[in-house]
Amino acid sequence: MAADLVPLTVAAPLVAAALLAALAQFLPRWVPDLTAIVVAAGVTALGVLLTLASRAHPIVYWFGGWRPAGGTALGIDFVVEPLSASLVALTGLLTTTSLVFSWRYFEEVGHLYHALVLALLAGMAGFALSGDLFNIFVWFELMSVSAYALCGYQIHQSAVVQGAINFTVVNSTGAFTLLLGIVLVYGRTGALNLAEIGEALGSRPPDGLVTVAFTLITTGLLVKAGAVPFHFWLSDAYAVAPAPVGALFTGIMSDLAYHTFARVYWDGFSGALGSASAAVRDGLLALGVASAVIGAVMCLLQADLKRQLAFLTVSHGGVFLAGIALLTPRGLAGATLFVITDGLLKAALFLTFATVVRSLGSGDELALHGRGRTPREALPALIFLCCALGFAALPPFGTFLSAALIHDSPGPGWPFPVLAACLAVTSAAFLRAGARIFLGWGPRHDPLLTSAPGKPGEPGEPGDGEPDHGGGGAARGRTALLIPALALVAAAYATAFVPGVAAEFITASHSFEQPRQTAHQVLTGHLPPSPPSASYTPTPGAWTTAAAATAAALALAAVSLRTPGSRPGRLRRVLVPPAKALKSLHDGEVGDYTLWFTTGLLALGLAWTLTLR
Amino acid sequence: MAPYPYAVAGVLFVAGLYGIVSSRNYIHMAVCLTVMQSSTYVTLICVGYLNNGQPPITQGAQPGKPLVDPVVQALTLTDVVVSVVVLALVLALALQAHRRTGSVDPDRLRGMRG
Repeated sequence: MAADLVPLTVAAPLVAAALLAALAQFLPRWVPDLTAIVVAAGVTALGVLLTLASRAHPIVYWFGGWRPAGGTALGIDFVVEPLSASLVALTGLLTTTSLVFSWRYFEEVGHLYHALVLALLAGMAGFALSGDLFNIFVWFELMSVSAYALCGYQIHQSAVVQGAINFTVVNSTGAFTLLLGIVLVYGRTGALNLAEIGEALGSRPPDGLVTVAFTLITTGLLVKAGAVPFHFWLSDAYAVAPAPVGALFTGIMSDLAYHTFARVYWDGFSGALGSASAAVRDGLLALGVASAVIGAVMCLLQADLKRQLAFLTVSHGGVFLAGIALLTPRGLAGATLFVITDGLLKAALFLTFATVVRSLGSGDELALHGRGRTPREALPALIFLCCALGFAALPPFGTFLSAALIHDSPGPGWPFPVLAACLAVTSAAFLRAGARIFLGWGPRHDPLLTSAPGKPGEPGEPGDGEPDHGGGGAARGRTALLIPALALVAAAYATAFVPGVAAEFITASHSFEQPRQTAHQVLTGHLPPSPPSASYTPTPGAWTTAAAATAAALALAAVSLRTPGSRPGRLRRVLVPPAKALKSLHDGEVGDYTLWFTTGLLALGLAWTLTLR
Repeated sequence: MAPYPYAVAGVLFVAGLYGIVSSRNYIHMAVCLTVMQSSTYVTLICVGYLNNGQPPITQGAQPGKPLVDPVVQALTLTDVVVSVVVLALVLALALQAHRRTGSVDPDRLRGMRG
């Protein structure tokens, strides 16, 4: 029964998007709003249903009934297993929330907005579920093209044009790289189906072509995910996306690319690269830890709230990649749970920023110094605090459980303290911003922080990428705008208390990492044995590390709020030059970003050519 | 299959990449993206090509001669569609950049940096 519903996850939003694109201009505003919300809520429900239905074994759906014959895939399939399905549910939930928010948020919205959001939703759902490598590329492009258009939605502002162009050019470069990798794999195996590729590559040690193809595919997906050094476009683009769209980008879109990478690795390449898994692990861990560290440092050095969140996305994406890179069920389970809990918090915070920007007139924490010190801002302040503490893996809530799973995974021990420190640093950035805005603590100026050029805006002016709105309407419907954000925070915190959630994710990850069983099911329809059930309680070490991370976040926020005069001069002199150097790399030049992309591609290729054998 | 088509694809990819890295004009950048994407068309077609093959049309095909792979041709068509969409978007954005600043030079259009 559930199997018949699989295509609806992409068909429903695509059909609704097509209808709305054709008809929305003739309809009153509430019709497209309501249609889009109903469809997105439907996808959420489907995602939850499929997560529950696929717990015993994955659901394989062949479009048009083109089943494989003699071990050769003729059609295109969706492979639904709990991890992908739960990410589809998250995508649906965030899209629903974002649409509910935009109903009140946009006073006027073009008639294509809803169609684009639904196309983005379909693209993300297909990207998460597709079991065919070329089909993954097509969903990747559908998702990206809708995202480019949505990112540049407030096109009359020049920062928005620049952000959208950088996004489009760098992501397209990544897409071509991905496609080249796919073509090389097809040339070698004659297959596009992931299960069939896995069977065809077998367990022979990888040769040059497989290494090159794997590097190209990895790079293509990491560009989308925003891993260092492919992340430069991300801060330009996410900082100018309108809030409801930005919440989708930062909440799920980046992280989906990591998840798809994990699927491509396990289903397609894990056999061939199995003997070299230590080299794969080290390469990915290096990228993950680099992303976590550079993202966290850059996050702390920003004064603009949306840019802070963009760099937080890079940093926490690195944590996700590191979790995947451990190549263990616990690592993958923790990473996926982290995407869900952290994604809910990031989306909630992005929506809260939008209301803060609207009522206080700026998205810059220095410009907003003390402006939020009114009872009216108590609710946004509360959401700020909850999200910031959630980012630091505050025990015993949702993000803690995910981080604890990564901590308790077998594998090298050195990455976890670094990742926990990065979580603490990103959390400190938001604790600092919240204290500055809502409590008026700390100095009004800080030369270490990147601030928006020009004078701070007056209340009522739109921030970069945000829509204009009628003056004087700042306070109207604010609580209604904040309810979706509050709901997301509550969901993120409550995830840890769903009975057996960690064990379910470990079980699902265990089957995820048995690609031969899945391939057998995909190609012959033979159901795999039920996975062994797991159990999990966080170890004392995980509790201690997470508590230390929370404490460190509070301490670091306090340190960074001290006035410059009272800070030791030597420490400042030591800190300023490297901070400036790191910032100067993020220069908004798409040419430079492409050069970094090329460098990263060559470095990864070289490293894996030398080590994968 | 001779290696020349792959060399052509490599040259197109690197030329497009170099163009984007050094571009001072958004229209030029859009063309470079298209050049880069052309390398994927060439790779796709030559992966499916067979020496002495015939077009993948079974009606009236000569017996005994192999057909070239029709899958990659379908993939190339999909790829072309994708490239048109991306090109249209970049050009639309370049047009907006020109409206904002009177120029299509990336340096004239500055968002926040650092």
